[in-house]
Amino acid sequence: MKFSENWLRTFVASTLTSSELADALTMGGIEVEAREPAAPAFDHVVIAEVIEVQKHPDADRLSVCRVNAGAGGAPLLQVVCGAPDVQVGMRVPFAQVGAQLPGVLIKQAKVRGVESNGMLCSAKELGIADDAAGLLILAADAPLGADLRKYLELDDQLFTIKPTPNRGDCLSLFGAAREVAAITGNRVTPIEVTAVQTLTERIEIAVAAPDACPLYCGRVLRGVNAGAATPQWMVRRLERSGLRSISAIVDVTNYVMLELGQPLHAFDLDRVVGGIQVRFAVAGERLKLLNDEDIVLKADILVIADSAKPLALAGIMGGAASAVTPATRNILLEAAFFAPAAIAGKSRVLGFGSESAYRFERGVDYAATEHALERATALVLDICGGNAGPICPAKATLPPRQPIRLRAARAQRLLGIHISADDIVRIFGRLGFACEKHHDDFTVTPPSYRFDLAIEEDLIEEIARIYGYDNIPANVPLASTAMLPVPEARTNVAAIRQMLVARDYQEIVSYSFVDQQWEVDFSANKDPVMLANPIASNLNAMRSSTFGSLVECLKLNLSRQQERVRIFECGRCYSRAGKNGYAERIVLGGLVYGEAVEEQWGAAKRTVDFYDVKCDLETLGGPDLRFSAASHPALHPGRSAKVSLGETFLGWLGELHPGLQQTYDLPFAPMLFELNLDQLMNHAVAQFTDFSRQPMVRRDISVEVDEKVTAQAMLQALRNHATGIISNVVLFDVYRGKGIDSDKKSVAFKVVLQDTQKTLKDVEAEAAIQRLVQVLQQEFQAKLRT
Amino acid sequence: MEKLDTIVQEALQAFAGVTDAAQLEHAKARYLGKAGALTELQKNLGKISPAERPAMGARFNSAKDQIETALTAQREKIQSAKLNAQLALEALDVTLPGRGVHAGGLHPVTRTLARITALFHSIGFEVVDGPEIETDFYNFTALNQPENHPARSMHDTFYLDDGKHLLRTHTSPIQIRYMETHEPPIKIIAPGRVYRVDSDATHSPMFHQIEGLWVDERVSFADLKGVVVDFLRRFFERDDLRVRFRPSFFPFTEPSAEIDMSFGDGWLEIGGCGMVHPNVLRNVKIDSEKYQGFAFGLGPDRLSMLRYGVNDLRLFYENDLRFLKQFN
Repeated sequence: MKFSENWLRTFVASTLTSSELADALTMGGIEVEAREPAAPAFDHVVIAEVIEVQKHPDADRLSVCRVNAGAGGAPLLQVVCGAPDVQVGMRVPFAQVGAQLPGVLIKQAKVRGVESNGMLCSAKELGIADDAAGLLILAADAPLGADLRKYLELDDQLFTIKPTPNRGDCLSLFGAAREVAAITGNRVTPIEVTAVQTLTERIEIAVAAPDACPLYCGRVLRGVNAGAATPQWMVRRLERSGLRSISAIVDVTNYVMLELGQPLHAFDLDRVVGGIQVRFAVAGERLKLLNDEDIVLKADILVIADSAKPLALAGIMGGAASAVTPATRNILLEAAFFAPAAIAGKSRVLGFGSESAYRFERGVDYAATEHALERATALVLDICGGNAGPICPAKATLPPRQPIRLRAARAQRLLGIHISADDIVRIFGRLGFACEKHHDDFTVTPPSYRFDLAIEEDLIEEIARIYGYDNIPANVPLASTAMLPVPEARTNVAAIRQMLVARDYQEIVSYSFVDQQWEVDFSANKDPVMLANPIASNLNAMRSSTFGSLVECLKLNLSRQQERVRIFECGRCYSRAGKNGYAERIVLGGLVYGEAVEEQWGAAKRTVDFYDVKCDLETLGGPDLRFSAASHPALHPGRSAKVSLGETFLGWLGELHPGLQQTYDLPFAPMLFELNLDQLMNHAVAQFTDFSRQPMVRRDISVEVDEKVTAQAMLQALRNHATGIISNVVLFDVYRGKGIDSDKKSVAFKVVLQDTQKTLKDVEAEAAIQRLVQVLQQEFQAKLRT
Repeated sequence: MEKLDTIVQEALQAFAGVTDAAQLEHAKARYLGKAGALTELQKNLGKISPAERPAMGARFNSAKDQIETALTAQREKIQSAKLNAQLALEALDVTLPGRGVHAGGLHPVTRTLARITALFHSIGFEVVDGPEIETDFYNFTALNQPENHPARSMHDTFYLDDGKHLLRTHTSPIQIRYMETHEPPIKIIAPGRVYRVDSDATHSPMFHQIEGLWVDERVSFADLKGVVVDFLRRFFERDDLRVRFRPSFFPFTEPSAEIDMSFGDGWLEIGGCGMVHPNVLRNVKIDSEKYQGFAFGLGPDRLSMLRYGVNDLRLFYENDLRFLKQFN
């Protein structure tokens, strides 16, 4: 909410400067979002009347004017003016010689040969509005020679406050002033209104929905001149609150809403048939609104109707048909209390809000409704003339204000300060809360305008607010010092990240929602978890794999001339679980593309391949990691492996499928992996086993096998038979080419032998090797190479 | 025997000029070898009278020593020259870059989360986690958010295709889940991704939050201030950092505060906090008369921006390597 500081200060006398006042409000919980001067700095601008206008002899667009810039007999001054609309008799701002305007100093000058002693100003030239179409035309009775800043009250600040949603009571000048008074310890000056009633005519009011509208006040005003001009002071205050002047009666309703926080509405009484009904709409009823929207009502919308038709959306917006026009002579003025629950959320459903709805959904002071109606009536009668009938109220059960118990000890314990019962009494006094004290125990009844106070903690917050959050010390807390668990059988994620970082991977963080097409492409997922309300159509599905995100990141970086991309992400993937549920798992996804090592003098250029990345994963997973050929929709079927840890499935490693490489327009296929982080983190705590101190013997076995025989199968078979003196078997060479048939390969193993008790004899070693060779021959039809 | 001196002189001269190990051995043979000059002379020792023999023997040995010493010295000289030559040959340009892979790096928000959790861990906060797909109950209802609260609308919250589940809009549901299954004292910190329907230079539809919760018998608002101020000063490594607590409103805390820190001439909002609302404690069956505590939520993305001087939030999720590598 935006308002003039000067206006606010009419309700509360405070010695604080503007900036201190803004700080006090902010630190009291009413955030001042912005504070700006009503006008930029300028001086020596006075009100002048144009006495004479002649064409400039040498310039078509210029006029030579003579102006009177002082009361009674001051000499006329000659001014050259470029405004097309300058006319004799106008009163306009006149910048005297020596005036400092925003960005320009006014000097005596010759304009195309004609002397000019100042400048007639537009609103834009003074920096107070964007309108540069013509001069800023002032009222015909504007005092000649008077300082324009004083006349237009330009020495003012515009405050924009943003009360939290629970503080609807601050959405008015009076409410904000009441808050300033509480925070600063000043008094608030109430608005005195004398009730005026010269007619006896009543309006029938039937409230069919008393829960939604516990209080409805109407009043007939006859003989008003709706075409009367709104006084300048009111226009100014409305404008400084961001509201345009519309017509006198509408302006008054808006003005009183800003002033007291009570939204009001004026109907053209001659358009109202019979009495007023407050009821829920009949589904399908139509209503054309003031904003020109023609809407079809639903049954949960509260309306103000006459005996024939809906007239207005209760508390939200009036209807076009019953709106006040300049021709209106008789009006029905409405001030009501609509329950917050009846209005809340309706603006969103309708697709538009209003100042009125904004206040009603936060809670309007029902105890001040009649007061506001009196205030508005007085202003209408003052500006538009006419006569007013009595206020006709329809009252049901208003929200009760239950007494709340407050214990001083509880406040002290929660806030961590010592605050005396007397201080608490003083604070409640400043807040205007009715409070009974029984030793250190209080019974507090919140005022009608506070919709946010229901429990003891609410009152404790009020105490803290007025006491000042700044005055509560920042304690170094005392606490017990029990240690936290450090489970060694769970590698922490930070360690896993660090291992990848040490192996030249860059961590990325990408959106959890992706393009639905990625789910099809990378996971063959025809039924991904979809968002009901995605922020963009290409971010509409929850990812079940990180592959799409990783490829997207690769593409982005390739487009930015990065040729080597090694990335990983620790993030979640989502899927359906059961009939009505969803599941999420945390994965470690990675992508590697480009040279195996950064181009350098000491290493040959080589594109990264499957085995490079496999080694990275082996480093993460340890010796129990297993890889087996398997196909995945995103991966090259001959170059992809299912990864497991012991018997537990862990994830996938492979090269991007050539089809996807083409679809995603990539020069080369990247390597991709994705592992379930939760399982990857598990690993047994080490247990020492004794080792042999006897000398080791190495023997190599080199065999030729069919191309289809896998390394893991052979190693597994060898290790299964590697009992007794065989301590380790390692595959150290694979050879294809000269001397080997095209569908065969040569594989060499290093076998390490060692006895636990004595030095190994040659014959023993030889026998063990022979057993292994036999295993290879029998299980894989291996041919021993010599 | 004058010849002995001559031989010594000759030998020393002969050795001195030699720079090659083989030639030195060759020269050695001329004096100390089987047919060498000294060996020839030794053969004549037997012919000398027994009386003269000891003196002569001594002179002879001395001569031999001199030759051998000279020989050894020359050998070492040759060896050392050879070694020096070899070392010179083997010298590297030690300024050439090292071979192999260098390190990558962590995402800046990960770094920030790691620092935050480390700081809180150091005063006994346990790091916990929770699901990102949440129910209305954990994300709103249990946190005292009223049924018709605007935050629940599809304008602010991402809903899934069943129309019931949602992507958590804050890390606060983790509080509820933890308190449901643990008894006070409770002292946790919970980082994670959160989601809101919002996107511009300062808002991302996905961002991070870190939730703190401490519930015990006497944990107070003053303690909350102490912990948060201490944290921010340690995080930014600035003891003069000014922090202020501004009254605010959250449905799940009472009293509530916004946390602002000094930045330039003004203040910057970096999180919200407050004393856990008794309704929230009641929802998880914790006795709100016996226990009380505070909760806070901080924005690690915002903290990263401030810490590293990043000016656009979107950079964190664009994943341009030129951006990410600046934090390695």
